[in-house]
Amino acid sequence: MALKLRKEGRRGLRKNRHLPPQEKLIQLALTIATWSSVVALAAVFGELMLGALPAFTSIDMIDFFTGTVWNPSHPLYPLYGIVPLFVGTLMVSFGAALIAIPVGLGCSIWLAELAGPRVKAVFKPAIEILAGIPSVIFGFFALVILSEWIAEVFEPVTKLNALNGAIMLAVMMVPIMVTVAEDAMNAVPRNLREASLALGATRWETVRHVVIPASLSGVVAAIVLAFGRAVGETMTVLMATGNATALHFDFLRSVQTMTAAIAIDFGEVEFGSEHYHVLFLVGLVLFVITFVINFLADWVTRRFKEDY
Amino acid sequence: MMLSRRATEMVVFALFRSCAVLVVLALLVLLGYMLTGGLERLSIEFLTEMPRRANTQGGILPAIVGTFYLMVIVLAVSVPIGIMSAIYLVEYEQSSWMGQVFKLAIYNLAGVPSIVYGLLGLGIFVAYLGLGFSLISAGLTLSIMTLPLMISSAREAIAAVPGTVREASYALGATKWQTIWHHVLPYALPGIFTGIILSVSRAAGETAPLMLTGVAMSLHRLPDSFFDSFMALPYHVFYMATQSSDLLATRPIQYATALVLLLLVLGMNLFAIVLRKRYRDKYRW
Amino acid sequence: MTIAIHTEDLHVYFDKNHALKGVSMDIRMNEVTAIIGPSGCGKSTFIRCINRMNDLIPGCSVKGKVMVDGEDINDDDADVVDVRRRIGMVFQKPNPFPKSIYENVAYGPRLHGVAEMVDGKLKRRKHTKAELDEIVEHSLRRAALWEEVKDRLDKSGTSLSGGQQQRLCIARTLAVNPEIILFDEPCSALDPIATAKIEDLLVDLKKDYTVVIVTHSMQQAARISDKTAFFYLGDLIEMGDTKQIFEKPQKELTEQYITGRMG
Repeated sequence: MALKLRKEGRRGLRKNRHLPPQEKLIQLALTIATWSSVVALAAVFGELMLGALPAFTSIDMIDFFTGTVWNPSHPLYPLYGIVPLFVGTLMVSFGAALIAIPVGLGCSIWLAELAGPRVKAVFKPAIEILAGIPSVIFGFFALVILSEWIAEVFEPVTKLNALNGAIMLAVMMVPIMVTVAEDAMNAVPRNLREASLALGATRWETVRHVVIPASLSGVVAAIVLAFGRAVGETMTVLMATGNATALHFDFLRSVQTMTAAIAIDFGEVEFGSEHYHVLFLVGLVLFVITFVINFLADWVTRRFKEDY
Repeated sequence: MMLSRRATEMVVFALFRSCAVLVVLALLVLLGYMLTGGLERLSIEFLTEMPRRANTQGGILPAIVGTFYLMVIVLAVSVPIGIMSAIYLVEYEQSSWMGQVFKLAIYNLAGVPSIVYGLLGLGIFVAYLGLGFSLISAGLTLSIMTLPLMISSAREAIAAVPGTVREASYALGATKWQTIWHHVLPYALPGIFTGIILSVSRAAGETAPLMLTGVAMSLHRLPDSFFDSFMALPYHVFYMATQSSDLLATRPIQYATALVLLLLVLGMNLFAIVLRKRYRDKYRW
Repeated sequence: MTIAIHTEDLHVYFDKNHALKGVSMDIRMNEVTAIIGPSGCGKSTFIRCINRMNDLIPGCSVKGKVMVDGEDINDDDADVVDVRRRIGMVFQKPNPFPKSIYENVAYGPRLHGVAEMVDGKLKRRKHTKAELDEIVEHSLRRAALWEEVKDRLDKSGTSLSGGQQQRLCIARTLAVNPEIILFDEPCSALDPIATAKIEDLLVDLKKDYTVVIVTHSMQQAARISDKTAFFYLGDLIEMGDTKQIFEKPQKELTEQYITGRMG
């Protein structure tokens, strides 16, 4: 008996050797499962490249990136200029950000600093519910209701326009902003607030000069992340913005985003055609843009993390 | 100046409060319109009948069934992989280098636009693997899409189990997996369960990936197998609202379909929130 | 010798918990008054009443009078922001802002501005850079920190050692020119050398300010204070000259605590 114990004890000192074979198998299975995420991401990128590859050779890349006309379904002279789609995406995303950032920040500050526990218990679930509503519902609302309201106020050329999309997107962006920014503000330790108040600062001065600077990286990350989500959104803009592909900067006219272009055109595109591959190319551009935005958000958080 | 500092604070705080009110108002208005618009057409028949006359009459049963099957696939695929990944990342991950790679992959997967997932599904499942425009293609695509959410919810739940529980188990001579299986997972289960519900409900609400992996506009029979074509609630809302034969006349159907989807997703989300609250209160560490 | 702080029948409740039970005491100007007692006796609660920091705790209610300079600071008319400027507080765990040393000290003065008589009316204006520089240097000198940081005023306040951070917090408080400074166990997170430096500073500060210090160290109270107040379970048991409290305590509870039989 004593011999057996000693043997086991010696084995136990070497890393992982004391794991019985079943445990090693389990660990292997778990490792493989985890690798699936990496494989999935590689697959996304790989698939986009594969799908877009034929387009690299069949159309002129410069024309693609600088062309101001997107008309792929023209029977004789299809034009694949991505600029109108790019501008459409930027218009609705920036427009949404213009609304969502102040409102989202206001809500975050209110939630983190001012709201009492009972009100919080109502507001936080409301934000979660808002975050959980499927985008097609937002799109439907924008299509049927919001566009009518905009039409009444602004009397635009068409009621499905960039403004419609921007407003609806803003409502969708707020929950993301609030969640991330509020977390960042809550992480600021209480004793920093106390120090400020003890010096005779008002609560607003404390928020403005101590809490926000101390949580700035988180707040900026929240903004960037929300913007990234807006850029990648499909259904809402598809249903709300009218999907006209002319290039312009008028919020009261119809636009089409990159995401919507892919979704809509795939209904009519022929498998393996040039148009098909160009859509993959648009998808690739979209992927790169959102990848960069997400990277930026993460970088900002890590690089500028305040120490307190 | 003392007064103006006070006054500034009051004005600014009132502004912030109104932001919060605005947001809640937006939610209530949205829900209100959906509810009032959809109740008209909502009925048992609507939920259990097949569509007739090019979707202008009858019910939406195939869409409900299709969404249900999609949820089943997501449940079967992304939940086990997600939980296993979460267990690995919390309990086993030792080298910081590998851990960073995994974290990065998951973080970026979460940020991929839904339509790009559609392209992935089209290229790999529909075309390359030859699964065609079918439930399984769409379901697998949705599974990959919800994987990051599943992993992060499960991770949070597992990481929330305090180290003392693990220490106590090891001190009694248990192996790593025994500790995880008998001591960590049981405590993390409620949180994991919440994550499952949230992930599956997210998948149920997605439209864009379906559009590229074969969702149908109208079917006259329910799917026979996972390789069959299918309808789905979110796509049905989109299709009816933008492309149905008579947009105005079918408006009630559009609303009702949207309402069914909303009730389904919100119902699941609320259930998850309530569950999470109950178990947070129960397991105060 | 005038009275800086006068409390009358001060009660504090945290929801149902009666934390402070009818405390009446006088604290004199330009003295160091120490507040001692075992854990949970209400020492911190008491001094947090003086600069109304208890307002920040939900469920807390304060009854009774706290008179500073003849005015009741709990009055509805009282401006809590001004109260807190005139009565500063240094906390147990040093809490410099994650800003530069200069900005830490300049924070308070920047907010309050300069009060001036213009045409017979009291007006406030912003400090000039030169004025701020002077306030920062003066405060850091007074807090015995200037020599150590004068060449790195733009470095983060959190890059200093524990003792230096605490002196930075003291400088920060001095910068708004208070009349009274409250110290809530300021040395409990510091090593003996840093503690000694702060204790010397406290004795020096009483020349210009009224100092109230909560401490769990009787030896510290005995070393630096002029008056000592002994609290026990929310009651003020005894208060008097430090020498008298430690050599000839009048109440039995005080004696038990001093001699270590209780606490």
